Amino acid sequence: MSANTEPALKLDNVSTHYGPILVLRNMNIEIFPGEIVCLLGGNASGKTTTLRTIVGMVAPTEGKITLDGVEIAGLDTTEIVGMGISMVPENRRLFSRMTVRENLEMGAYLRKKGNSHQEDLDRIFELFPRVKERLNQRAGTLSGGEQQMVAMGRALMARPKVLLMDEPSMGLAPVLVQSTFEIIKEINRQGTTIFLVEQNANMALLIADHGYVLQTGRIVLADTAENLLNNKMMREAYLGEM
Amino acid sequence: MAVSRSPGTPALEQPIVITAFPSSAFDIRKSIRLGLIAGLILVLISAMGLVESFDDRMLIDPILSLGYVLLFLVPLLVGHIAGRLPPLLEGMPAPEHRPRDVLGGLVSGTVASILLALLVIATPVFDLRTLFINLSPTLVGLLTLNQGLASGLLLLVAIGATLGTIGSALHLLPDKWRSALVKSVTWVLGIALLQDLVLQLLRGLGLSFASRLIFTVTGGLSIPATVLIFGILLGAQLSIKTKGESLATRFARLPDSRKRRTLYAAGVLLLVVIVVLPQIVGPYISEVLDLVGLFLLMGFGLNIVVGLAGLLDLGYVAFFAVGAYTMAVLVSPSSPGFAPQLTFWLALPFVVGTAALAGILVGLPVLRMRGDYLAIVTLGFGEIARLLAQSDWLKPFLGGAQGILRIPNIPVGPIELHTPPQLFYPIAAFVALAAYTSWRLQDSRIGRAWMAMREDEDVAEAMGINIVTTKLLAFVIGAILAGFSGAIFAMKIGSVFPHSFNLIFSLTVLVIIIVGGLGSLRGVALGALVIVGLPELLREFNEFRFLFYGIILVVMMRLKPEGLLPRARRAREITEEERAQDVGMPVTATAADPGGT
Repeated sequence: MSANTEPALKLDNVSTHYGPILVLRNMNIEIFPGEIVCLLGGNASGKTTTLRTIVGMVAPTEGKITLDGVEIAGLDTTEIVGMGISMVPENRRLFSRMTVRENLEMGAYLRKKGNSHQEDLDRIFELFPRVKERLNQRAGTLSGGEQQMVAMGRALMARPKVLLMDEPSMGLAPVLVQSTFEIIKEINRQGTTIFLVEQNANMALLIADHGYVLQTGRIVLADTAENLLNNKMMREAYLGEM
Repeated sequence: MAVSRSPGTPALEQPIVITAFPSSAFDIRKSIRLGLIAGLILVLISAMGLVESFDDRMLIDPILSLGYVLLFLVPLLVGHIAGRLPPLLEGMPAPEHRPRDVLGGLVSGTVASILLALLVIATPVFDLRTLFINLSPTLVGLLTLNQGLASGLLLLVAIGATLGTIGSALHLLPDKWRSALVKSVTWVLGIALLQDLVLQLLRGLGLSFASRLIFTVTGGLSIPATVLIFGILLGAQLSIKTKGESLATRFARLPDSRKRRTLYAAGVLLLVVIVVLPQIVGPYISEVLDLVGLFLLMGFGLNIVVGLAGLLDLGYVAFFAVGAYTMAVLVSPSSPGFAPQLTFWLALPFVVGTAALAGILVGLPVLRMRGDYLAIVTLGFGEIARLLAQSDWLKPFLGGAQGILRIPNIPVGPIELHTPPQLFYPIAAFVALAAYTSWRLQDSRIGRAWMAMREDEDVAEAMGINIVTTKLLAFVIGAILAGFSGAIFAMKIGSVFPHSFNLIFSLTVLVIIIVGGLGSLRGVALGALVIVGLPELLREFNEFRFLFYGIILVVMMRLKPEGLLPRARRAREITEEERAQDVGMPVTATAADPGGT
């Protein structure tokens, strides 16, 4: 978390268009190794597009994206994922007809079959004991909370340097949101850098180190999580205090 | 509550008995409803001319024709359905069959045949024949069993009622008797129906003398033979003690070394059967088998594209055409433009090349398309392929509507393969190759990638799957298999014409894999036999072939949407999805299924 090391992931003046429409405008985000950084914002503010831009599903029209100092903007998703970025998509989106085990194995798709799979699986079972019980069940039959666990496990199977998470709290019961965030904190403690996109600003800022606030495609606030929690504008706009 | 509760037992363990629920099968309204449905079916098959045209085909000479079988089967089946017990519900006493339940079948059978009798009466009164040309006097004669109108119709209704009653009375028989009876009747009818096949087999096995005893000169089983065969079958079924275990479970129990030996033995046996088969069954059945093989080859290919990768391709015939034309151009001396006159084997690598290229050409523009859009665009590609072959533009190379003629035979060493039994071998070899490839692919890394892509393309991409190469690979492999099929087809027919490659071709292959079970290799094989082989053997059906395809598809989707021989995982998917729908919970939070089903 020291500011003098190189950022793990850096967005430098990134803009993204969908056709002629500007969706992200001159974004600057820095995520340092070992940090949890969150990107907050309401509906349609460009949160998901930011993630899609980072993994190369949309190409930025301007700016640079670097992973450990290496430029990744403009590369194929396959290459970017191979370089160490993986994503837990919004709404979890498991391969619902495959078993839990097959879902997890898909996460390690780019790492050729080796002896290391079992190691990763064991680590995931440790984080999510429930996943082990459900291993041969079809993913579509799991409850929402269990699906979230499998989705996180699937992303971790790729052994990412940076884990992107798109609204992990969406559609989960409050008690599950709580435990999900605890698990995110634990994953981070074990050494994975996390970039978290959330509407639930309160929860996200409690576990994050830094936060960025996105409004209609533009970063309007960037600060430490603590400062953001105390920021007056933040409190009024996102933290539900009038 | 009228439920009595004995003291001392906890309330929850007390069985709840709701006596108001009908625990008997007989339900007059249900029976009448079923009877009406069956009656409509009878009216329909009569008005379509099925009964009359199938009457020419004798099954049991001279008493039972195929037309009558069709006519009698309906009340029998509906009687059986009407006699079925209501579903077993939790907390209800298990219902039992009682003699009274036969009334259901009686009512259904009577209602159904009355409806048919009304058609016969209405035909002259309202001059229905101007509307339905098949309602001919011959048909009326058939339906009244040539007994005159009044007594004939009475007889018709009486037969319907009897058959309905018999159908429901089957439930009263012990399981063993019922299954033996039904199986024996089915076998007898099957033997009669597949008379050509049976005759060929008998001749091939050197038992020609037996065929004169079994079948009459005019066609159909003779009455003594019918009785004899039925008796033997029934006796055999009843005397065999069923172990109650399938071969698969018995095989699974074997120790590993025995397992391997059993597999080897089965493999050798299969090889022997394949080598001997075309010699035994003769040229006609071999011809049918060749056709089945060519469609099977395409079925395996399309199974990869649709079943595994979930890309609904309705223009699959294009690749078949590419294979056929490439082969024709390269081997035929009368190829109009470029005629290198290669042999079949030398031309084969070029077929692979052009088919793969065609796969890429079709695949590239549709990379970003999903589901319905993909289906429509590929449909267009199929038509484009045919029109290109027909066009004046390519006429200097492909011969336009005249096609390419004089395609030589397939040379193997000193001999040339051209009779159907000879061609069976290369076809079998290519089918084996395709089956092996498909089998290895489905659980491979690329197979997993296809499956993931079928489920959710975006997420698959986020997992690092290269969507472009993965999709193109599915198209290319599918195209190559169809190309092989087309190449052999060209050699077999000896000529290629653009009009051979129409939409029906693509649809037939699609029906094969859907009926067999998407993604299942055994299913594709069975599908090809049922959809392509059976109509060839039952030539009476040929006129109604597409009608039967339609009926088969509708019935399959209602009763067995996973196909005849599904892959275990696919069957599981479908039942689980249905159950999930029933409790009203969404199966998945993912986006719409991209045409995978």
